Amino acid sequence: MDVLQTDVVIVGAGGAGLRAAIAVAEADPALSVTLISKVYPMRSHTVAAEGGAAGVIKENDSLENHFNDTIGGSDWLADQDAVEFFVEQAPKELTRLEHWGCPWSRDPDGRVAVRPFGGMKIERTWFAADKSGFHILHTLFQTSMKYPSIKRLDEYYTTDLLLEDGRAVGVLSHEMRSGKPVVVLGKAVILCTGGAGRVFPFTTNGAIKTGDGMAMAYRAGVPLQDMEFVQYHPTGLPGTGILISEAARGEGGILVNKDGYRYLQDYGMGPADPWPRKKAMELGPRDRLSQSFWQEQQKGRTIQSKWGDVVHLDLRHLGEKKINERLPFIRDLAKSYVGVDVVTAPIPVRPVIHYTMGGIASDITAGTPLPGLFCAGETACVSINGANRLGSNSLAELLVFGKVAGEAAARLARSVPAPSEASALAQAKAHRARAEALVDGSRGTEAVATIRRDMMATMESGCGIYRTQEGLEQTCTTLRDLRRRYRDVKISDRSWVFNTDLTQALELGAMLEIAETMALSALLRTESRGAHQRLDHPQRDDAGFLTHSMAWRQGDEPPRIDYKPVTITKSQPAARVYGGAAS
Amino acid sequence: MSNTTTVTLEVLRYDPERDQEPRFQSFEVPYDEDWVVLDALNWIKDNADSSLTYRWSCHMAVCGSCGMVVNGEEKLTCKAFLRDYLGRGPIRVEPLRNFPIERDLVVDMEGFMAKLESVKPWIIREEEKPVEDGEYIQLPKQLKRFKHHTLCINCLLCYSACPQVGLNPGFIGPAALALAHRYNLDSRDQGRHERQEVTGSADGVWECTFVSACSEVCPKHVEPGGAIQEQKIANSVDWFLDHLIPGRSNAGRTKE
Repeated sequence: MDVLQTDVVIVGAGGAGLRAAIAVAEADPALSVTLISKVYPMRSHTVAAEGGAAGVIKENDSLENHFNDTIGGSDWLADQDAVEFFVEQAPKELTRLEHWGCPWSRDPDGRVAVRPFGGMKIERTWFAADKSGFHILHTLFQTSMKYPSIKRLDEYYTTDLLLEDGRAVGVLSHEMRSGKPVVVLGKAVILCTGGAGRVFPFTTNGAIKTGDGMAMAYRAGVPLQDMEFVQYHPTGLPGTGILISEAARGEGGILVNKDGYRYLQDYGMGPADPWPRKKAMELGPRDRLSQSFWQEQQKGRTIQSKWGDVVHLDLRHLGEKKINERLPFIRDLAKSYVGVDVVTAPIPVRPVIHYTMGGIASDITAGTPLPGLFCAGETACVSINGANRLGSNSLAELLVFGKVAGEAAARLARSVPAPSEASALAQAKAHRARAEALVDGSRGTEAVATIRRDMMATMESGCGIYRTQEGLEQTCTTLRDLRRRYRDVKISDRSWVFNTDLTQALELGAMLEIAETMALSALLRTESRGAHQRLDHPQRDDAGFLTHSMAWRQGDEPPRIDYKPVTITKSQPAARVYGGAAS
Repeated sequence: MSNTTTVTLEVLRYDPERDQEPRFQSFEVPYDEDWVVLDALNWIKDNADSSLTYRWSCHMAVCGSCGMVVNGEEKLTCKAFLRDYLGRGPIRVEPLRNFPIERDLVVDMEGFMAKLESVKPWIIREEEKPVEDGEYIQLPKQLKRFKHHTLCINCLLCYSACPQVGLNPGFIGPAALALAHRYNLDSRDQGRHERQEVTGSADGVWECTFVSACSEVCPKHVEPGGAIQEQKIANSVDWFLDHLIPGRSNAGRTKE
């Protein structure tokens, strides 16, 4: 098996991985960086983010405001030391991106423009029309090319972390084009592999978002934190799940039910007017808006469409000029995928799985409980998002903690010796046997697509916007059974050349384990907080659950869940209020 | 049309480990008026032949993975609706042209990646501004000058459609040249002359014969054809001035 020695190994070349790679290169050009991704960097799902990235820059705003909005938005589950650091760093990172050429939208005087976003008291979301993630990703990717110390392995699929004396020392990957395995050894490893929205059937997430890195860390003994917190974005297109940016509401769009009524005023977001108004109505946080849709649906006040129940997102009053300038992609997407011109008609929308608040247990240092292992972006749980992430905090997060991870990995790489090959190779050979058995077809009876479909169905039925003990128990039982069936999975593709049947089988293995951590963490959290709502435990319970859940892998058995305290520095938990009550 | 229940896809198959040559394989796929060609491919992979090989991810026309040739035309398959092909026989799905086929609908894009890097697609400045000094001022009209050229998703439809890429595989090509132009036009950049060494070379803008097939197939209206023509003019003016004004080519140049 080929072995590649490098200083810093980074898995995932989306926003966080690219930012980390640049941070290593800038910290010390003598350090070699190997940036591994299962897709070419510009395919990474950062590309699909639309609305923008939060960072305090205007004179009417303050870091304190951003901090308070984020803590309240998190339902007090975010770690306050991390949030304080995050809000301080975000403006610097966004400015740095401006210097690197990001085409941020501008005010008439040529300064960077900002727009309002859900749950934010002041407008502070930097944007590049409604393709902010696309521009951030391409700016980072293009900028990364100027650093000769960054070597990419594009379209290499990484399956496993390799360990030595309790440290992360590398990964096992294979070149997808040839199937050829390679061991990439480094003095530090950074995982930036994104979230796991694909465990659900209806999601804004691209096909690649299968939580590979989370599963890799989990299998290596690292706990997954706060996995019960999964974000539904309130406005996805029905049918496809395509994201309709929160920026549509930030610019003044309204949500109405079948009677044309702005129903959010019935769920603690009102009064409806004056509009637009920050932290109220359509500019409430995502968890509350998605839950309001469910409530309206129970009351029979949603709209029947050929794709199922929807509500209407109405942008008509913004006018064609503003829509074309600020929301051109939204106009294009609605026209193409639901046949609606937003200038003349409302868009049918419904909540859709969007973001994994949980992830690899991490903290303000971007480190993990496993020495040598760092992480950043959606795959990490720092946690600045707690029980509910505010829109536009994640693009800033991947920059801030991507940089932290890169710098920390660079420091470590300068202080530890290169790992030895022998132990890593032995582990790699054992791991590799799994892929070889699949491609040889020597065993197995269960089809990938069938298990995947059943997994998605049980996650949607038991682990959705509102949860119950009974539904979660059923989902946990089903997932346990699916994991058992997965041990007998088979693929039909016998070629080593770009074997996507193999890729999908390996991704499914990762997703099943992640789904189990989500469902079991949700079952055991007998309270309602942020995006985790229990019909049988409707109140927040600070005495019992002001804690992060930690899921530890137990082999073929379900994970063990324990808890660690939330870091609280200056904001004591309080009632979470929006609308008139907040002002 | 409303009673259509299935459509036939003829998909190019090629596995270099087994096939001497590419071949076509037909699949009968359920018809849904909301489905795109990519949905049909996903149906085949999940229900008929899990070895079918293609790239995709976002399903919203922004990641650039799923470019293919559908009935002879370059398309993002996540935005090519089955309903637009009804009544014209089977829908033929092939990999992009002008690239080696890795397998089935997946092409080898390493050459493109090298071209992209060759044009130095990053901000080049004589002096970097410290982050503490805040952002560069860029007026909306300055942004507008290059904004459309920033919209390229690297889907490679333009390389597939360009006759010059077919004739000269070394041609830097539409997307990479448009990207060079995007940075040249950015008020924050000072690297135009550094990029000109590449864009003005034998494989650069002068290889373009202005057929504009690139701009026609571009799903994001990046207008690579126009970007290339503008660079030809800029390069000519520079060449002319360099010969009129001794020493100009070495002097520090600022943007107009």
